[in-house]
Amino acid sequence: MTDKIDTQRKLTNKERMKISRHAMPEQDPLERAKNFFEVPLGYTPELAIEEAERCIQCKNPKCIEGCPVNVKIPQFIFHVAMGNFELAAQTLKETNALPAVCGRVCPQEEQCEIVCNISAKVEPVAIGRLERFVADWERASRKISIPSLAPPTGRKIAVIGAGPAGLTCAGDLAKLGHTVTIFEALHKPGGVLVYGIPEFRLPKQIVEAEVHYLEKMGVQIQCDFVVGMTRTIDELMNEDGFDAVFIGTGAGLPYFMGIPGENLNGVYSANEFLTRMNLMKGFEFPNHADTPVPMAKHFAVIGGGNTAMDAARTARRLPWAEKVYIVYRRSHIEMPARKEEIHHGEEEGIEFLLLTNPTRFLGDNGWLVAMECQKMELGEPDASGRRKPIPIAGSEFVLSVEAAIVATGNGSNPLINKTTPGLAANKYGNIIADETGKTSREGVWAGGDIVIGAATVIKAMGAGKKAAAAMHEYVMAKK
Amino acid sequence: MNNVKGFPHNQGVHVFPIIEKNDLAAKVYRYIIKAPNIVKKAKAGQFVILRLYEDGERIPITLADWDEARGTITLYVQAVGKTTIMMSMMKAGDSLMDVVGPFGVPSHVEKGKTFVALGGGFGIAAIHPIVRAHRVIGNRTISIIGARSKELLIMENEMRAVSDDVRIATDDGSYGTKGFVTTILKSMLEKNEPIDVVLAIGPVVMMKAVSDLTKPYGVQTLVSLNPIMMDGTGMCGACRVVVGNKMQFACVDGPEFNGHDVDFELLTARQKMYSPQEKISLEIFEKICQTQEQRETAAW
Repeated sequence: MTDKIDTQRKLTNKERMKISRHAMPEQDPLERAKNFFEVPLGYTPELAIEEAERCIQCKNPKCIEGCPVNVKIPQFIFHVAMGNFELAAQTLKETNALPAVCGRVCPQEEQCEIVCNISAKVEPVAIGRLERFVADWERASRKISIPSLAPPTGRKIAVIGAGPAGLTCAGDLAKLGHTVTIFEALHKPGGVLVYGIPEFRLPKQIVEAEVHYLEKMGVQIQCDFVVGMTRTIDELMNEDGFDAVFIGTGAGLPYFMGIPGENLNGVYSANEFLTRMNLMKGFEFPNHADTPVPMAKHFAVIGGGNTAMDAARTARRLPWAEKVYIVYRRSHIEMPARKEEIHHGEEEGIEFLLLTNPTRFLGDNGWLVAMECQKMELGEPDASGRRKPIPIAGSEFVLSVEAAIVATGNGSNPLINKTTPGLAANKYGNIIADETGKTSREGVWAGGDIVIGAATVIKAMGAGKKAAAAMHEYVMAKK
Repeated sequence: MNNVKGFPHNQGVHVFPIIEKNDLAAKVYRYIIKAPNIVKKAKAGQFVILRLYEDGERIPITLADWDEARGTITLYVQAVGKTTIMMSMMKAGDSLMDVVGPFGVPSHVEKGKTFVALGGGFGIAAIHPIVRAHRVIGNRTISIIGARSKELLIMENEMRAVSDDVRIATDDGSYGTKGFVTTILKSMLEKNEPIDVVLAIGPVVMMKAVSDLTKPYGVQTLVSLNPIMMDGTGMCGACRVVVGNKMQFACVDGPEFNGHDVDFELLTARQKMYSPQEKISLEIFEKICQTQEQRETAAW
């Protein structure tokens, strides 16, 4: 890769807006449905510069506010347009510790790109793709810069959970000079980035690199440590000398549907299926991983969100999978998954059974053999604003599947709440926190899915960031 | 051991050294492992999850004992599948990559009860700390332990040390009562011996037999369930069991449940969820070990 390409062209805004938005080259759908390599291949430096030139550097940019972690978007894109990728990377990292992750999994189309000023006339600047390019370039060039850290404050902060919220919070606190330890229950840091999001959408090597970057900043990561069991929050604060605690434990409690047969062998929560495949590398079973995965030929994934798409596209890649269905009770437009993910799934040959809802799982001798489904029609909008699905009487049919993956959502994991007296939670078990993440317990903040319910990586990162700022003030004021 | 393909050197990421390893009966091994964080919080009835190496799976093992001064935990593991056989090939000085916990709700221990614990096979290891916890607070403790034959019986001395009374059953009658642990319990119940709480830990058939036996007598009966498990934090739902018609996660709601309410049939079925894959995994591993052995023999 070239270090610097001196191509700063003097363009008028009109000329800039004439350049059309660049797609990223992608692996061929039929080819990629057989492997676990990443689907989009990323911009080349030339494509990135040309895409960056589409940014008109407007006086009143809205994209920065559209970003939950307020990346200085016009500034980093300016550096890209100048061919100065190193500076672009530094600008990104001023506010975002995980740019290679965000460039891949953020829903930019509803955050920074939707408010891009040129989108009134033409397609918005591909901010996400540029972010990804810059982060990848930096990693490949090995010119990873460590931001300057504030002098040590002598304050100790514990972060619970090494997912997007915790990693971001830890990174910001380390930058401010605090001693930060992240406690992670699983054997690898990353949270949903390693157990949930599949390799072909977010290579684990990238997560490792971004985690390593935090370690270089001095963040300690203690894996195999379950706060609530190995140690409680009270013990961390009263005995181990932590001045403040951030809880970023995520939405780790799978919902099942409460329909007959859901304990049959072959019915999985999306969490179980994805954890087996991603964290435990089950796709390499039996030769390079010991954790078994379902050997079914026909898979049904129930749900219409990003997790459902991840599960379906993962199942599709298993060499023995002949058919993979998405079973979703509403129609295409109500699907909460990103358009891009749905599109990728369609390209890879996943069959979408829409306006369809499972009513029971049918078994033979304890093993799932089929799923009884019912067709639905859409009625009036419900509390979520989406049209409510209503069963059509007499529309039942049977779908032969040996594996069913339930991806209908997650609740909040109760381990911390149960073991932390005085920590207020709502009826769903979500920890109650103010806008900075401050909880009902002195010195304890929380953010991400454990507070707002299952959401996105970047929202969790935004919460981690806000909490870090508030925690900094708190610990500095503490005597 | 490190020569076996697929068993790379521990990279020292998280290191849990084996301090002592003993070969007991019937492929059951005792491991004393350094895990100081776990020792600080360990309570009777809890378990840990371990992983041997980078490509390894996570398996739950009940805590049989722990030593606060040394910072060690004691586990009894029967070598039956790839992971447990691989573990049996490790020796003192080798390290496990991950040991995490303690997990699960600790056993409820209440004063003023006559406590009868039944342990079958290496299930004896799991009842050991629970019996001790009852003994410590002054409860009368009776342990009924069993094995197929005398040579296969484990932990007799350890159980004697924590029980007021130890009764032994062997299938072939080579030691103690001929028959099963339930044979002894049955005669106790028939004789109206005072029993407040029964705990049974062992194979599913044994726990079911004990629960069926005590039900007509209305004696409170606890069993410790051992479904397939992965994370141990309630995140994946692999370990779901049905107790009193309600879905429960054995890792966070259990592992101890009221035996009279457990759907044992479901548990048996769910334990077989990955049997075909486990067989494949073991066959491949055995082939690798054989090749390795042949190569070593040839080198001589």
